[in-house]
Amino acid sequence: MRTRALLLAAAATALASCGASAPHNTGVYLLVDTSGSYNRQLNKAEQIVLYALSRLQPLDSIAVARIDAGSFSEKNIIAKASFDDRPSSTNRQKRAFATRVESFVGESRPAAFTDITGGILQAIEFLNEKHTGRKEILIFSDMKEDLAKGYVRNIPMDFRGFEVVALNVTKLHSDNFDPREYLSRLDDWRARVEKGGGRWRVINDLDHLDGLL
Amino acid sequence: MAEHESHKLMSITTLLAFTPWPAVSASILFILLVTALYLARGTAHQAISATANALAKGLRLASHSVAHAEQRLAARNREVLLAAGREAKERIVEREFTRVGDTVRKDLAGYPELHRRLSEAIIRMEEQQAKAVEVPPDVPGWAQAVKVVANIDARNAGADILSDIHKSMVKSHSEAMGAYRKSSGERHSLLRRMMPDWRLVTETLGHVAKSVESVIARALTIDRHMEEYEAIVRGEDRAVSVLSSSSIVYFFVSLLVLAVATAGAAVNFTLIARPMAEMVGGTSFIGVLRTADIAALVIIMVEISMGLFLMESLRITRLFPVIGALSDQMRVRMIMVTFTILLLMASVEAGLAYMRELLLKDELATSALLRGDATDTMLSGHMWITTAAQMGMGFVLPFALVFVAIPLETFVHSLRTVVGLIAIGILRALALLLRVLGNTFRHVGGLAQRLYDLPLFVPLWIEMRMAATEPAGGAPGSRGPSGEGRSLRGARP
Repeated sequence: MRTRALLLAAAATALASCGASAPHNTGVYLLVDTSGSYNRQLNKAEQIVLYALSRLQPLDSIAVARIDAGSFSEKNIIAKASFDDRPSSTNRQKRAFATRVESFVGESRPAAFTDITGGILQAIEFLNEKHTGRKEILIFSDMKEDLAKGYVRNIPMDFRGFEVVALNVTKLHSDNFDPREYLSRLDDWRARVEKGGGRWRVINDLDHLDGLL
Repeated sequence: MAEHESHKLMSITTLLAFTPWPAVSASILFILLVTALYLARGTAHQAISATANALAKGLRLASHSVAHAEQRLAARNREVLLAAGREAKERIVEREFTRVGDTVRKDLAGYPELHRRLSEAIIRMEEQQAKAVEVPPDVPGWAQAVKVVANIDARNAGADILSDIHKSMVKSHSEAMGAYRKSSGERHSLLRRMMPDWRLVTETLGHVAKSVESVIARALTIDRHMEEYEAIVRGEDRAVSVLSSSSIVYFFVSLLVLAVATAGAAVNFTLIARPMAEMVGGTSFIGVLRTADIAALVIIMVEISMGLFLMESLRITRLFPVIGALSDQMRVRMIMVTFTILLLMASVEAGLAYMRELLLKDELATSALLRGDATDTMLSGHMWITTAAQMGMGFVLPFALVFVAIPLETFVHSLRTVVGLIAIGILRALALLLRVLGNTFRHVGGLAQRLYDLPLFVPLWIEMRMAATEPAGGAPGSRGPSGEGRSLRGARP
């Protein structure tokens, strides 16, 4: 009787250890700023998407969304995909994804406002739903938020388990007059992310994306 | 640390303070210490000696025990070696007998037919020879009469008669010559017809000679193996030595072949691991290993197992006595089943190798697209060679892995001997080490006694002088405070 109980306990432990493994996949959400003059930088954003696709593996997830006047919406998602377990299917999905992003870059129109916070909220929601082991929010923007009237974005965000990477943060014309504006803008975002429990990085040299993903 | 040192210094200072002069205090303390040591000398020597002896005896006992174990292991190893050698020789002799049997069955089973053909050929030759005997021409019986007639006087007008007779004789001569030539021709023709029979006889006898020589050579080989077998059965040291060295050679050779086979299995694994991800998924893990890799390994292991069973069923290897003991019918069935499974697996592997090539192309195309480099998607027209080579390797490697069973069997059998030899070497070294340690402890005991006596040289010298001045056969109590004469003799420089 005692032996049987021990065997059952051992089997239960083995099953529990097999079943409760943490996910090892990666989820990437790329926010692309389409406001004003930054819309001209979209070719670079396409390069980043292609780079991210080349780094992702089966069972990973990716989404590309536009930042415009109201970014907290599923309609802003240009393309999304959760890759299949089989490598050949994953390759097909990657090619289809690249085609969709390419067509978006060709057709994109400049937006009047820049709702970065809304886009980040949408990214957090998307990646939390995917339950990926690693969560990456890539923001391709100058990080200058410009909200339309009536949009409330001064809300706390939970960045626990997230890494937020600001890519190609270009200097605005006003930053040239007073570089403190640029630095304080980045510091504000860093403080916001780290306060929410996340990690913050800035990559401006797009020729060296090796550390990304 | 410094505090500890200062505390120790203070203790020494306190110790030397019982007289106003530290040197005097130190001298008194030294004398007291030497006296105490002198008084306790006998007991201390006994304690040192007992400890050293106990350690030495214990280590010697352990050494004996290890040496005994080594001897038992050597005996067992010898038995194993002889048994393996006996079995191997039995197999060799059995095989040689089978070969002799095959030769006899193949060549000498048709001997009656051969004999009949030879006899027929010889009879034919005899008949033809008899026919070919030269018949001497008839002696002309009337030659003497002709001579007589020839001597008749010519005047009796017998010239015409003679002339006619001469003509008749010439005619008769030419006819006889013609008949003789004809009969000679016939005889030569008969002799010519005997030539194929001669050749047949020569060829047949050559064939028989070759078969007999082969049997004789086999018999010599069997004799040699039987001599070796008898030496093994008698358990001769030379036979054991030969078997031992052969076993070591077999071990290293089989190890080398197994290493090559492992490399082949690794290549096989590379061929099928990637497409396996398409079947069982590319991201699931069992422990720290990918499920696809485990599946590929399982396929290779199953192939090797099937190869083992096939070799066992063919009685090429004898790792599983159960398979060897099966009936011939069952073994044939098993051969067919294992071979069919191997064939299926080889076909599956060829398919997977083809799939691997397709996946590789697909991945290259996707990578090129993602890099924005469309030129990379253009693949050479000769890529089919790589694909065909991969498919060929995928099909052939499972069958090649079948032959792993032979070196594996040799490795397993020789491993017993090699492990035994290594264990014997280790036990022998351990026994020697224990023996050396035992002796070392014995000598260390003596050295410790001498070191103990070193500060006591003054009282020992006095004791020695007193013993020298006393008359021989003194009182029993005159052996000094230690009560041990042997110790005193030992203390002499």
